Amino acid sequence: MLLEPRATPSRGMRLAAPLLAILLTLGVGALLFIALGKDPQEAFHVLFIGPLADANGWSELLLKAAPLILIAQGLAIGFRARIFNIGAEGQLIMGAVFGGGVAIAFQDSQSAWLLPTMVLAGAIGGALWGAIPALLKTRFNAEETLTTLMLAYVANLILSWLVSDPWRDPGGMNFPQSVMFGDAALFSMLFEGLRLNTSVFITIAAVLLFWIFVSKSFLAYQVTVGGLAPQAARYAGFPASRTVWLSLVLSGLTAGLAGVGEVAGPVGQLNLNISPGYGYAAIIVAWIGRLHPVGIVFSGLLMALIYLGGEAAQMALQTPAAITGIFQGMLLFFLLACDVFIEFRLRKPLEKRRAAALARKALP
Amino acid sequence: MNPEPPIPLHGEPRLQLLHISKRYPSVLANDDVSLVVRPGEIHAVLGENGAGKSTLMKVIYGAVKADMGEIMWNGRQVDIPDPAAARALGIGMVFQHFSLFETLTVVENIALSLGGEFDLASLAIKVSEVSKRYGLPLDPLRHVYSLSVGERQRVEIVRCLLQNPQLLILDEPTSVLTPQAVRKLFETLRQLASEGVSILYISHKLDEIRELCERATVMRGGRVTGEANPRQESSASLARMMIGRELPHCEAPVFEGERKPLLEIRALSREPDDAFGTRLSDIALTVHSGEVVGIAGISGNGQAELLAALSGETPVAREMVQLCGEAVGHRDAGARRDRGLSFVPEERLGRGAVPAMSLADNALLTAHRQDLVRHGLRRFAAARDFAQRCIERFDVRCGGAAAQARSLSGGNLQKFIVGREIMQTPKVMIVAQPTWGVDVGASAFLRQTLIDLSRSGVGVLVISEELEELFEICDRIAVLAGGRLSPAVPREQTNAEAIGLAMSGLFAQPTPESTHAA
Ligand SMILES: Nc1ncnc2c1ncn2[C@@H]1O[C@H](COP(=O)(O)OP(=O)(O)OP(=O)(O)O)[C@@H](O)[C@H]1O
Ligand SMILES: [Mg+2]
Repeated sequence: MLLEPRATPSRGMRLAAPLLAILLTLGVGALLFIALGKDPQEAFHVLFIGPLADANGWSELLLKAAPLILIAQGLAIGFRARIFNIGAEGQLIMGAVFGGGVAIAFQDSQSAWLLPTMVLAGAIGGALWGAIPALLKTRFNAEETLTTLMLAYVANLILSWLVSDPWRDPGGMNFPQSVMFGDAALFSMLFEGLRLNTSVFITIAAVLLFWIFVSKSFLAYQVTVGGLAPQAARYAGFPASRTVWLSLVLSGLTAGLAGVGEVAGPVGQLNLNISPGYGYAAIIVAWIGRLHPVGIVFSGLLMALIYLGGEAAQMALQTPAAITGIFQGMLLFFLLACDVFIEFRLRKPLEKRRAAALARKALP
Repeated sequence: MNPEPPIPLHGEPRLQLLHISKRYPSVLANDDVSLVVRPGEIHAVLGENGAGKSTLMKVIYGAVKADMGEIMWNGRQVDIPDPAAARALGIGMVFQHFSLFETLTVVENIALSLGGEFDLASLAIKVSEVSKRYGLPLDPLRHVYSLSVGERQRVEIVRCLLQNPQLLILDEPTSVLTPQAVRKLFETLRQLASEGVSILYISHKLDEIRELCERATVMRGGRVTGEANPRQESSASLARMMIGRELPHCEAPVFEGERKPLLEIRALSREPDDAFGTRLSDIALTVHSGEVVGIAGISGNGQAELLAALSGETPVAREMVQLCGEAVGHRDAGARRDRGLSFVPEERLGRGAVPAMSLADNALLTAHRQDLVRHGLRRFAAARDFAQRCIERFDVRCGGAAAQARSLSGGNLQKFIVGREIMQTPKVMIVAQPTWGVDVGASAFLRQTLIDLSRSGVGVLVISEELEELFEICDRIAVLAGGRLSPAVPREQTNAEAIGLAMSGLFAQPTPESTHAA
């Protein structure tokens, strides 16, 4: 089999690729369950249908989808420019640390300004953590893929030091965690008895803003040109360094916001389990959403469902926790594989014999 | 004249196209085209930009599927589903845009395209043999990135020849070659023809066609509009067949306005960024309002480096470039454009235009200064309108402002980019190879447009490999050779010979040019 470039990229494949990737993921997933000795039909029911059976399921879905969508919006801007921030997890943690730090510093405050201040601090924390790789890239040409990932580990270490020493809850039995935040430091619940909270509005606002930004702004156009044709961007005089700063700071900022959303939401404190890898999963969300602000909403919901299903499967089927990661990873893998067929098509190489026959047929 | 090779013009046709049609969403690119090529014949295909020449060649090579029509090969009907099938039949094609891997050696590149099992060492020997036999010197072990454009084309040709083709298709092979390389290529092609290989040859250079080809098929708007024996035609009559009217002549009126220096290059020196670049040394030149200044010379003598330094893509020291009296050497391309510079680069796809974007989006690339952006937001209707006006004024044949840049034929994209830059009413306009791949009619139009632009008070700098073009439009001509620039001499005081001499680097030490050059 040979890959041959298509004359024009296939429009059909561009839309079909995500669907094909989902089908392939389900197919291989079924095989996986069979190998584990589970009935795939039952497993899929537990994974994808069961979680949405009641209001609580939907609340949990939105609760998980909101940070994924928020982070992916920021990442997608960079990906368009071919700036690959893969350390959004670290920016999320720094957002949580900055926002959480405010909550801890003003533990007894009842002010209505506390939460907005935390949100602002979280945004700044994430943006700062994104700015470091931007500085390293524009000054020293350091690969952002490496620096962002390494800084994610650094952020994790900073967090674990903070919660095991200076910010540790004195009454917390020595667990590495901070005090539980007061009500003024938490997003309020939207519905009685459900965990979904008002931070979801941050995501909704972000989707709208990013949609306008991507489809209407000249800045987003410049970023896209930089990704599609770097030489054309240089020819037009769009500064490459501005694109780097914009991509990394913006994606850091959204990740930081998501971090505050977690600590001031379902988690309610700083501890070592702020995020179940949202920063990494959001990379997949961005790609499956085709880097489009609206596409990302759908892919974010899908990824959140996989999170929920994975948890449900652990309880109902005693499958390992890794199931979630496996499904998410497969989805990205198959999508990237399918993406190849947007620009290329598969062709059987002419076998020697057939080629010779063809030639003979043509000769007089 | 070269001796006429013995051409077996009789006998069965090598290739016969019958009623080929190919429709793209927006245009009928080939409309009922029939064509006969005999063994050993060098057959030209002429036509305006967008006439459908490349499309027809891609149909023959299996790179594009025709909607209708038949292909007869050596008297039998064949189906050519893909290029591999075409190669198996004995059809080779050299595309205008090369498809070589820069990081591999010549022989590795060739091995890749041959496919199957191969032994690099013996293939290298075969490559050397073939390249020697046809006068196409090539070192099989060199890396492609270190080759000049002409050498890269040789690789493509040798790659075709290794498969012993019976038909060789060349799509505008000489638009990027030096005159010497063109001579060599013609010798090779004649030798091939004398061995019975048929050649389909596309070019906009009518002199070349008259010299090389014994038959020509003329296309317009996707249809065959005539056949001719180019040796019995004049360039003017061929042009008339192509564009359906007389070829207009350029007129350069005297500039009446005040002659001010607009672009000044002062002692510009620069080390190249990579090992294969050219060092620019001590370049000085002034372009005034109301004049067209030309820089002659063969590409690879610092042209790319000089252009990048002037456009701002690679900034230099502050004082080295002055735009309307302001030192801008350190500024980037955008800042220089803000100050009235327009620039047309030689690479259209990927530099002058973003291939995957529409023409309206490509208008925005540099013309966003024309009120196409307000409060940081794009004005889509305004950009479409700008693109539409450019399409109309410069007669760009395409599917409208929404057509992707890469769907345009080579010459039409060039017209669009030149148009986009001119419509921004620049103070200084720099153009590299203004008419590469542009048909004769459109070339004449573009040249006249550049002259008119200068007479409206703009300073125009043209870098071109085509001496005739420079003599047609320039008021003064300088030569860039080996990274050094000769003084710009008024056109009347020089001739092709003197320029040729300067090209070989034999001009006197360049003296700092006075602002009142003769
Ligand atoms: N992939 C494509 N999609 C849509 N339209 C196309 C595509 N390729 C070519 N066309 C259109 O088909 C027509 C013929 O194009 P073609 O490239 O064959 O012209 P050409 O004669 O080779 O011109 P040139 O001398 O400028 O190279 C043009 O109008 C062009 O815009
Ligand atoms: Mg063409």
